This record gives sequence, structure tokens and C-alpha cells, in this order.
Amino acid sequence: MAYTGLTAPLVMMSMFCGFVSFLVPWFISKGPNQGVSITILVTCSVCCYLFWLIAILAQLNPLFGPQLKNETIWYLKHHWP
Amino acid sequence: MGSLFRSEEVVLVQLFLPTAAAYACVSQLGELGLVEFRDLNASVSAFQRRFVVDVRRCEELEKTFAFLQEEVRQAGLALPLPEGVLPAPLPRDLLRIQEETDRLAQELRDVRGNQQALRAQLHQLQLHSAVLGQGHGPPLAASHTDGPLERRPLLQSPGGPHQDLRVNFVAGAVEPHKAAALERLLWRACRGFLIASFREMQQQLEDPVTGEPATWMTFLISYWGEQIGRKIHKITDCFHCHVFPFVEQEEARRTALQQLQQQSLELQEVLGETERFLSQVLGRVQRLLPPWQVQIRKMKAVYLALNQCSVSTTHKCLIAEAWCATRDLPTLQQALQGSSSEAGVSAVVHRIPCRDMPPTLIRTNRFTASFQGIVDAYGVGRYQEVNPAPYTIITFPFLFAVMFGDVGHGLLMFLFALAMVLAENRPAVKTAQNEIWRTFFGGRYLLLLMGLFSVYTGFIYNECFSCATAVFPSGWSVAAMANQSGWSDAFLAQQPLLSLDPNVTGVFLGPYPFGIDPVWSLAVNHLSFLNSFKMKMSVILGVTHMTFGVVLGVFNHVHFGQWHRLLLETLPELVFLLGLFGYLVFLVAYKWLRVTAAGAASAPSILIHFINMFLFSSSPTNRPLFSGQEVVQPTLVVLALAMVPVLLLGTPLFLCREHRRCHSRRSPQPDKDTARLLDLPDTSLASQGSDEEKAGCPGDQAEAEFVLSEVFMHQAIHTIEFCLGCISNTASYLRLWALSLAHAQLSQVLWAMVLRAGLSLGGEMGVAAVVLVPVFAAFAVMTVAILLVMEGLSAFLHALRLHWVEFQNKFYSGTGYKLSPFTFAVEGE
Repeated sequence: MAYTGLTAPLVMMSMFCGFVSFLVPWFISKGPNQGVSITILVTCSVCCYLFWLIAILAQLNPLFGPQLKNETIWYLKHHWP
Repeated sequence: MGSLFRSEEVVLVQLFLPTAAAYACVSQLGELGLVEFRDLNASVSAFQRRFVVDVRRCEELEKTFAFLQEEVRQAGLALPLPEGVLPAPLPRDLLRIQEETDRLAQELRDVRGNQQALRAQLHQLQLHSAVLGQGHGPPLAASHTDGPLERRPLLQSPGGPHQDLRVNFVAGAVEPHKAAALERLLWRACRGFLIASFREMQQQLEDPVTGEPATWMTFLISYWGEQIGRKIHKITDCFHCHVFPFVEQEEARRTALQQLQQQSLELQEVLGETERFLSQVLGRVQRLLPPWQVQIRKMKAVYLALNQCSVSTTHKCLIAEAWCATRDLPTLQQALQGSSSEAGVSAVVHRIPCRDMPPTLIRTNRFTASFQGIVDAYGVGRYQEVNPAPYTIITFPFLFAVMFGDVGHGLLMFLFALAMVLAENRPAVKTAQNEIWRTFFGGRYLLLLMGLFSVYTGFIYNECFSCATAVFPSGWSVAAMANQSGWSDAFLAQQPLLSLDPNVTGVFLGPYPFGIDPVWSLAVNHLSFLNSFKMKMSVILGVTHMTFGVVLGVFNHVHFGQWHRLLLETLPELVFLLGLFGYLVFLVAYKWLRVTAAGAASAPSILIHFINMFLFSSSPTNRPLFSGQEVVQPTLVVLALAMVPVLLLGTPLFLCREHRRCHSRRSPQPDKDTARLLDLPDTSLASQGSDEEKAGCPGDQAEAEFVLSEVFMHQAIHTIEFCLGCISNTASYLRLWALSLAHAQLSQVLWAMVLRAGLSLGGEMGVAAVVLVPVFAAFAVMTVAILLVMEGLSAFLHALRLHWVEFQNKFYSGTGYKLSPFTFAVEGE
């Protein structure tokens, strides 16, 4: 499968987190817990997005590759695309 | 945002309660649980207060209740929980309750005493009949067969004919552990002038006092000689034996035995009646006691609250001061009107200004309560300062999950918490008494979120019980590497380890879209990659968290109107933090984005750059990351260092200037507005909005508070704490890396050594299946015990520490106190 690198996952994740943090708050019903609910949504999406972003950026330009055992290489050579 | 963002507005109110209706009003307030009374009679001792007599009466009643409760407990019965609403009784009802309680207690005491006496009597009778009933071998046999020979002297005593050689008997019962000692002593003391026979009783008798069954020993001593007889009696007295008269003739003994048995039967009947009556009384106690206990407790609480009010003799009413939330004032008014309507004169409420710091009130529901609890465990927030709890709801489980990330373990934790949450309304669960269970149950929402986030971070770390899953195809192609580098099977057989080179085309296809690539879990050098990734992740998360903390401080400064602190504290803090550690984050991100595998051999080291930045030096072998770095870095360091004196001296000098300006301005006219500016930096202002009357001149009081040296000292401590803390706190966030590494390694060990060893056993299918059962059991037990419980507690603790120290010391002081309203509800319900 040909990878498009960073763009496709970035767009998907940004859209999802943007949806959760910018769109859903408008639909939270007004009540005593509205403020807390919106805080929860925004904080959650920020944390999750940041963590995912760190993970993908760390792997964007690897400086070294995995060192594998010969058995693993033999298996992966034939079984992974 | 609602009241979770900061404390609700709490005001001091003064209540005028007419004497006739005071009890009813306070009782109603206790039911509602709205206000916290202030003790206006603090200088008066407990014995001199107005309602001390009533309090004492309640306490005496409670003592009697305790006695009744103990009796019920001794009988093995349980007191049922009181049901329904039980208001505090009126003072005239107290007399009735007192009478009934005393009567019950007296009855109970009488019946108990009777029961004890009857039991003791029965015990004696049983012993006696046992002694008479049990045959004691040779002496009796001798008396049977040698009837006329009974009177023959058994021993020729040299003493003379005046000695009486008739055989006498002493019969009795002795406790089993004393029997051997008794026998020995008898033998030694009487030198063989007696024959003693000891027998164990066949049935066990209950001790009348303790109720424990004991096996008594009966004995029959036959002796001759008066002196011996006296000795024997003394010895048996010494041993507290029960001695009964023993008649020689068997018929007489038999009649005596029959009489005894009849007596004991009658006694048992009477005892039965007594015990039936006792259970009747206990039943009444069971029914009546619980509601009385609740009522008297409420009554005592009301009198203790009334003791805190001061008396106004001119107006014939009690004056109380209480803290009340502004939102609850209408309810308070209504309650007081309702309770005092019967008395004719109604109770009055009105607000009064106060310079003391009001208590903090934050209303929580059962979800937010646990998060507010962990914030309050560090310290209850000052009145109206920003509350970290709403952010903690997410950041605490998130930081926990960063240290705990594993899909399998997170799922187990989530399911456990879900089970508790779904069963939270069951009465069996609510009334459980086990401490550890209650702790876990109280934090069920916390565990729920922790489990959920752990599942997410487990997906990012790509670990499920330490195994990676390839949801998306891996971004590393071994086939391409093998084809391009000519890795034939023969070649592979010779080389045990080979590395994939990202520089070779087609080997690295792109970053894994969601998380860590699964190929790393198969790699021997996976720690080299993961350590670098996790350390940088920790620093990024740490700097973000701390910056967020500093930004929250802005809300505090704005709310309390301390605008100078925005410019003189928040801005320098942000520049220092972001200039140094924000720059580090920038370096990390820049290197991730810009340095490719092509330049891997000469990749710059961020660590060296960072060290050189502080030392104002450079390493020739370390190439710069971006052009202009040699200029940017020293600039940032100088800028950060320049912020330190601003932070150190800015606020104190500003406050000094304002103080002098106000001082010079006060001589012409008092200026009320400057009172605000003269407060010490950390004093929060209490409800300045409700300024009806000013007690005295605030300017004079505030002036007395402004001590220049204290302000400077305080600011110096704050500066040192912040600047040194920046460095140490950033390093402290590296525990995110350390703990996640430990967790990953532990779960990998468990997987590799236990379950994989079990799964890779050769042999027959059936044998392997059977062996797998204990192997899985061991794996499951160790997973739960070590990885879930131990690692879970550890990660919980460290996440808590990160919040309490690294996050909260940027903006939170936590030196307030909670509003604890006067309420009849018992803690923990």
C-alpha cells in the first residue's frame, strides 16, 4: 500500500479532534454541567491530539531502522507486503 | 462555567432568631444543611454556655443508648437502620423519651441479673448431680461388698484407740486444669491416708458467667482421721472446688439425685421463661432505639449550634453569624420564615461585610466529586481562586495512561470500573464496610477514565498485553531491504542480527498512521527508538502542562483585579519558561521534521546544543539545526536571565510605589479604592461586591499589613521557586518515560516468560492444552497483582505528584478552608 506520508492521517485526526472540540460543544445542553462538559471535551481532544501528533512526528524521519533477528527477517520477507 | 471553575460566592449573614422559635429554626437549618455557623462564644468555656444543661441531658441519654446497644449486640441481634424522616424532637418530648429509656434500661438490667443468678444456680445443681451420679470405682465397690467390714479399721495405728478410723468422704467438682495439681497436693499433704478418685464429667457444662463450655472433673476422696479431714477441706477450699455432701448409702444418694434432677428441671423452666422475657425486652429495644438515637443526635447538634449564638437580651432573641452561599440565601429566608411563623415574630436574615476570608464552596456531583477530592487532598483552594479540578478530570487520567499505556490492562481496568459504576445504586454495594473496597468504589469514575485513556495510549504505544498489533500495514518493508541488499537465505543464516536502513529506497514507506509501528516490537533495538521517543514526549507534555498552569494564573490575577501581576509576574514567567524549555520543544519538533535519514550520520544532538546554550559555548562536531541558531540561542538565554530581576523586583517595587502614593494622598482625604492595591500579593479579597458598611477605615488596617521586607522576601522565594522549579519540574516529567518503560518491560517479561513459554510447548495437543491452564492462571494472577494493582498504584501516585507539585505550584495556593455546613447528615452517607 502506498503511503502518502503524513498528510492523510494528519487530516483525518485533525478533523476528528476539531469536530470534538469545536463542533460538539455547541450541542451540549445548557445546564449546570455545561461548562464542565465543554472543558472535558476540549481538554480531552487537545491531550489525545497532542499525544498522537508526537507519536507520528517521531516516526516521520527515522534516523535508524529496526535491527531484526535473522528468523524474523526471514519470516517478514515472505509474509509482510 | 458554573461553580466548578472557582468557589461560589459565600457571604456572612447575621440571623436574628426569636427565642421561642430559635430551636425550630436551627433544627430546620440542620435539615437543609445550608449554612456554617460561626462560634460567637469562642471565649466562653463549654460549661458556661447557655444550653449546657440540655446538651448534658442529651449526652446522658446517649450513654443509656450505648448501654442498650451493647446489650442488644451481646445477645447477637442487630439494630435495624432507622427509616423515614426523623426531625429533632421538641424539648417537651425529650422528657418522654428519657423516661421510656430509663425504664427499658432498668428492666434490662433486672432481667439480666436474674438470668445470671438462675444460671449460676443451675450450674451448681448440675455439678452436684454429676458428683452424686458418677460412680467412683473401688471405694464405692468396697462399701458395697464389704458392708459389715466397713467399720473394720483399715490400719493399725500405733497412736492408740482414741483415733477415729471411720472412713469419711469428700465429694466435689473441680475445674479440669486444677485437677492434677489438686491430686498431687492431696497426696503430698496427706501422705497416703486417703484414696482419691478423679473422673471427668460426661457432659460439658456452660460456665454461667462466660458461657463457655467446660468439662469439670468430679472427685471422691475417702479418708480417715479428723486431721486429715480438716487438711483436705482446707485444700479443697484453696482450690475453689465445689464440695457437696456425700452420703454413704446408695439409696439416700439416689433419692438426693432424683431431687436434684427435679430441681434442675424446674430451674430450667424458670430460666426459659426469663430468657423469653429478655428477648421480648430486647425486641422492644430494637424497635425503639434507632429512631431515638437519630432524634437525640439531632437534638444535641441543635443545642450545640445554639450554644454558638450570642444572646441579645434587649431584643429577646438570639443572634447568629453564619456563612451562606449567595445562591442559597432565598432558601434560607424561606426556611426561617416557615419555622418561625408559629412564634409570631419572624426570624430576620441580613448580610454583613467581613474582612475574613470566606470558606470555599464548590458543588460537585458524584462524577466530579472524586476529582475534586484529589485536588482537595493537596489543599482546599482559597476563596474564589481558580480550581484545578475541571482540568484534572482529563489531565490526571491522561498522565496516568501515559505511564500505564497498554490496551489489555486498560481494558481490564475499564471493565472493572464499569462494573462498579453500573452497580453503584445497589444497596449491598452501598453499605459494604470493607475499607479497601470503599476506597476503590469511591474512585470508580476515576478508574473508568483511567482505563479508557489507557486503552487509547495503549493503541498509540501499540501494546496489548505487551504484544503489538498491525492494524495498518507497517511502514517498514523488510522485503525491499532484503531484495536491495541481497539478503539471501544463506546470508541470513550466517548473520544473527541485521538492521533495516531507512536510506535504502523502499524500506521506509512512511510513518505509521496511528501510533508506534509494529515492526519495533520485533526489533532488538526497540528500546533505542522508544527511549528517545518517550523522553521527548515527556518533555513536550511537561512543558505544555506547566505552561497551562502559568496561564491559569492569569485568571486569578484578572479576577482579583491585580493587573500589575499580569505584566510583572505572568509575562516574565512565560518568557522564562517558553524561552528556555519552549525552545527545547521547538528544537525537538524541528529535528523531527527536518533531519532526515540522509543526514543521519551527522545528525545534530539536541542535548549538546542545549547544554552549549547555557554555557555560551559551541561544539564544532555538532552542526547547527537551523541557520541563525548561534544568534537565537544566546538571545533567548539573555532574555530569560533578564526576566529574573523583573520577576524578583517588579511587584514589590510597584506595591511600594502604590503604598507611598496612597500614603501621600491620604493626608488630604481617605481614598477607599487604594485599599485594594495595598493588600499583599496573595491576599484574596472577600466579597468586595457587597460593600454595605465599612467597618472602620480600611486604609489604616491595610497600611498596617504592608511590611516591605515581607513583600520582598515573599517575592524572592517565589522567584527562586519558579526559576529553579522550571528546570527541576521539567526533568520531573521524565517520570512519564520511566514508568511507561517499566510497565512495558514488566508486561513483556510476563508475556515472554510465562504465557509464551506455555504456548510454545511442544507435544500432544491435549497435553499442551492441559498444561496451558495453570500457565494461564499464573499469567492472569501476576498480571492483576503486579501489573494492574502495583503498577496502577504506582502510576496513580506519580500522576498525582505531577499534578500536585509540578502543575499546581504554578498558580494554586490551596490555603483555604471548606464550607462545612451545619447539617444532620452523617459523614460518609
